[in-house]
Amino acid sequence: MVEAFFEWFPTTWLGLFFGIEQTAVFYFFAIVLMILAVVLPLLIAVAFTVYFDRKIWAAVQMRRGPNVVGPFGLLQSFADGLKLFLKETIIPAGANKVIFLIAPMITFTLALVSWAVIPFDEGMAIADLNVGILYVLAISSLGVYGIIMSGWASNSRYAFLGALRSAAQMVSYEVSIGFVLVCVLIAAGSLNLSDIVDAQAGSVLNWYFIPFFPIYIIFFISALAETNRPPFDLPEAEAELVAGYQVEYSSMAFALFFLGEYANILLMSAVMAILFFGGWHSPFPFLDFIPGFIWLFIKIAFGFWLFAMVKAFVPRYRYDQLMRLGWKVFLPLSLFFVVFYAAIYVYGGFLPTNS
Amino acid sequence: MELALTDIIFYLFAGTTLASGMLVISARNPVHSVLWLILAFFSAAGLFVLMGAEFLAMLLVVVYVGAVAVLFLFVVMMLDISFTELRQGMMQHMPLGVLIGLILLVELATLAFAWNFGDDVAKNAASPAPIDAGVTNTEALGALLYTDYIFIFQTAGLILLVAMIGAIVLTHRDRTGVRRQNISAQVRRKPDDAFDLVDVETGQGVTLPPKKG
Repeated sequence: MVEAFFEWFPTTWLGLFFGIEQTAVFYFFAIVLMILAVVLPLLIAVAFTVYFDRKIWAAVQMRRGPNVVGPFGLLQSFADGLKLFLKETIIPAGANKVIFLIAPMITFTLALVSWAVIPFDEGMAIADLNVGILYVLAISSLGVYGIIMSGWASNSRYAFLGALRSAAQMVSYEVSIGFVLVCVLIAAGSLNLSDIVDAQAGSVLNWYFIPFFPIYIIFFISALAETNRPPFDLPEAEAELVAGYQVEYSSMAFALFFLGEYANILLMSAVMAILFFGGWHSPFPFLDFIPGFIWLFIKIAFGFWLFAMVKAFVPRYRYDQLMRLGWKVFLPLSLFFVVFYAAIYVYGGFLPTNS
Repeated sequence: MELALTDIIFYLFAGTTLASGMLVISARNPVHSVLWLILAFFSAAGLFVLMGAEFLAMLLVVVYVGAVAVLFLFVVMMLDISFTELRQGMMQHMPLGVLIGLILLVELATLAFAWNFGDDVAKNAASPAPIDAGVTNTEALGALLYTDYIFIFQTAGLILLVAMIGAIVLTHRDRTGVRRQNISAQVRRKPDDAFDLVDVETGQGVTLPPKKG
């Protein structure tokens, strides 16, 4: 593993800056630098994402949205962050203290950890794993623990009900996400995210959202459910459960949940861009002079815009209808599409020939 | 230096696995036990990655940590287990538990020290999948599972399917008098089916028309 890393690192974009001097300490710092190069922009992006989410929501409802702090209210998220930072962390008397405090940390960490495998450009990923897409799936399936632990440790009915709802919801929709991924993998012939992006190289006509449009819709709706976004935000439905699993949290603990949630939304947008919209590739060959990570950024922004618009348009689902949609509609549909696409690729002779 | 680093990581994961395994059975709170179990799964996945079996590691996390353990945690959190009650029978069942533990230990020791493989088997054990290093993990597993072991693999899947159907049949009960939601019927419904507009003369009241479907 480590030897492979030593060989691999100098070939990446950061390795080029450092030359090929190979000492373990040096690589350790190089890795830390790479992580910072992803996480810091990500956190700033999350702050602006919250702002744009509120702005889009406001625009749909013909309100102004945040417009006081900074020009156009751009610094609103930082003001909110500062406010949360200065507040007192309240731990309920009946709470299980350790788990209560670990839960938001888990949510936040897991939301950042997935970004390790996202390729921002050719060879521009912290870890270009062979099983990249499975890694994303694994980490997103771990995300449920932050929520279920917080709900249980809060020792509150509302929080617990929210956590149970969330656990059932996330496990249910992961199944159809898994099948959607299988369809894409059949076409790309690899579990590696860079290979999946490269399989869509060329122009917009090669992007997978055209042949895979039905499963793209399934993926998008499942992603909404997976990230607990409206119309599937039942774990924190304020009308029934106050704020669900977040009800007992204050100050930075709450902020960690909040940041983790939005980092997850951005991650889902990024995965959507990679699986269906050609990742870092430009839509037309004459636009290739624009760097790849800017294209990925535009695609992530587009994905997030869809998320924000759905929040503004669609009323919240009832919980039993949510479960019905997941198990009785999406599961059979996605299962059918796996068979359907596999048949087309095998009998149509479109299978990728990399093995 | 490089070797030392992998060693450190190995002992970190192995130590975490063992320690959390111990804590699973010694934690007083059942929910804590399950959480330790999850940590044990997770560090076992880390060990798989160290061995270069990244596909298995990811599957372990997706299947066991992401789905099975969540349901486990779910059930344990909802059940109100009194552990003092559970511990009452402890001394009574102790001899049986110790016996099973001893048998397992002897078996493991036999396997480790006194087990002789046949010549062919020993060769296979050294490299169970004789595929060149350029092939990824996932491909190697797939090439083996879907060719040589296809029947065993399919049988395992079939057994799981039967178990699933069995579990559904056992827990399913058909309650009568439940008003289920029929969404297509709901969507098909027109205003004319639902209500009538009636002009009521003052002081006369109204006779209801026969109820519509």
